[in-house]
Amino acid sequence: MADLSLAAPPPRPRSALRRLMERRLALFGLLLIVLVVGAAVLAPWLAPYPPQEQLFDGLTLEGAPLPPDGRFVMGTDLLGRDLFSRMLYGAQTSLIIGVVANGMALLIGTLVGLTAGLFRGWIGSALMRFTDLMMAFPALLLAICLAAIFKPSLWIVALVIALVNWVQTARVIYTETTSLAERDFIAAERTLGAGTGRILFHHILPHLVPTIIVWGTLGISTTVLLEATLSFLGVGVQPPTPSWGNIIFENQTYFQAAPWLVFIPGAAIILLALAFNLVGDALRDVLDPTQRGRD
Amino acid sequence: MAGYILRRLVQSALILVGISFVTFVLLYVLPADPVRQIAGRSATAETVENIRRQLGLDQPFVVQYGRYLAALLQGDMGRSYLQKTEVTELILSRLPATLQLMSAGIVAELVLGLSMGVAAALMRGRAGDQLLMMASFVTVSAPQFVVSLLLLYVFAVKLGWFPIGGYGTAAHLVLPAVTLGILGSGWYSRMMRSSMIEVLRADYIRTARAKGLSGLRVVLGHALPNAILPVVAMIGIDIGIFMGGIVVVESVFGWPGIGQLAWQAIQRVDIPIIMGVTLVSALAIVIGNLLADLVAPLIDPRIRLR
Repeated sequence: MADLSLAAPPPRPRSALRRLMERRLALFGLLLIVLVVGAAVLAPWLAPYPPQEQLFDGLTLEGAPLPPDGRFVMGTDLLGRDLFSRMLYGAQTSLIIGVVANGMALLIGTLVGLTAGLFRGWIGSALMRFTDLMMAFPALLLAICLAAIFKPSLWIVALVIALVNWVQTARVIYTETTSLAERDFIAAERTLGAGTGRILFHHILPHLVPTIIVWGTLGISTTVLLEATLSFLGVGVQPPTPSWGNIIFENQTYFQAAPWLVFIPGAAIILLALAFNLVGDALRDVLDPTQRGRD
Repeated sequence: MAGYILRRLVQSALILVGISFVTFVLLYVLPADPVRQIAGRSATAETVENIRRQLGLDQPFVVQYGRYLAALLQGDMGRSYLQKTEVTELILSRLPATLQLMSAGIVAELVLGLSMGVAAALMRGRAGDQLLMMASFVTVSAPQFVVSLLLLYVFAVKLGWFPIGGYGTAAHLVLPAVTLGILGSGWYSRMMRSSMIEVLRADYIRTARAKGLSGLRVVLGHALPNAILPVVAMIGIDIGIFMGGIVVVESVFGWPGIGQLAWQAIQRVDIPIIMGVTLVSALAIVIGNLLADLVAPLIDPRIRLR
């Protein structure tokens, strides 16, 4: 009985990895992610100046920021701080929020979707009606409300993002769980006496892993963008802690004269979000058999 | 069909009640002391007590929520903490500008997205297709404030083709509308591309080709009208993306709509205004989804079968 081996997902990690490697765009995305992770981890060693320090020679005599040159590779900001150093530490902020907030959102979404999919009585419908309700709120506005009510710090921002971003995951997991729960092999297991716990851990969860990986990757992109936007609006990560979003927030009044202060962090945000989108999309193609062969 | 419409209407009404509950919790339950915020820092204990009684915040939770809901049904969304004006009044005065920007944004989104999608489908598998699909990835990865500032810098500051923000003429409308359109265009181009590819495979297209119609006539006359309908039916669904976007776009371009109102309220932590804008946005999203669901079966009769 232990071996209804059709039920187990086929062993595909290695071939999936290889197929992922064959995609140039996904490789490009991976490379970008490695670069940003490297920058974040090595920030204390790579940064030429402390990110908070207002350098004595960081401004012109008139008090304007310095454009990129040999000494300050990305120029300096309005307060005479080295932009390159702030960008490196900003990568830490983006990644911490990306991983923590998205991890929490994924956890909430998976729990809600699984519970609703497995217990289809009033618990399930109550959870899914609540999910529908949350979908009717624009994520950005809801996040702004929450961030305005709580005093934003790095961790509060991560929590706020998680609270508005679990909804998509919950819907996808719910749909997959219900369709799995109706399949014959689950019914067979039940007839053979397997409890809900066994069915959940042996038969449902393993099948959900690809979906969780795909949504986990795509979700980091959404999270990075949401953090940047909240910080840009002033309700995200608070200065002086550097985040790519709040670097733009702090310097935008001066962007006509010092465009590098807006466009360097802007490009970094786009590239990081793009990287996770590219990898996530490739993962979806590679891990989801129903998508295979489509263009 | 009548039963379906009725069911969707009831569902939407229930969702609206749920939304009002969430906004109520955010407005009156979560903030440390909303009365202090309303009264201001210098208020005496007596004033604070008066306001508390006026707002009914000394009453039990259920009574408070009932009152809040009753007020909402009469279009009363409370008063701004700082300006002491009715939130409903503030929002109504700003709504026309936002509706104008959103309509222009939807046009921009469709023009950009649909043309990119059709072009990609026609160049399927070739370099142009890959380039366009890469572009669609970039558009969904670019935060709107960066796109806004980039367009402002290039087309207003450097080239001087458009004014640097503001409101009034058609020229003021172009850059904010394009910014709003760029984000959604990525999704539309992908949907349009796959819809177009599917239609181009259909038998009637082969028949049209076999009868000797030119490639262009087949594409414009036969494939496009059929491929475009299911995509256009999605318009109601992306209202949510727009409602989030207007806060950023209106604040960068100085567009005097409800998004800018929300942004100004954020700076002063004026929660009733932020909540009001959220409430109006949620209402717009519910109506948008409802319309999309009602229009879809009209456009594609196959959907009715489900």
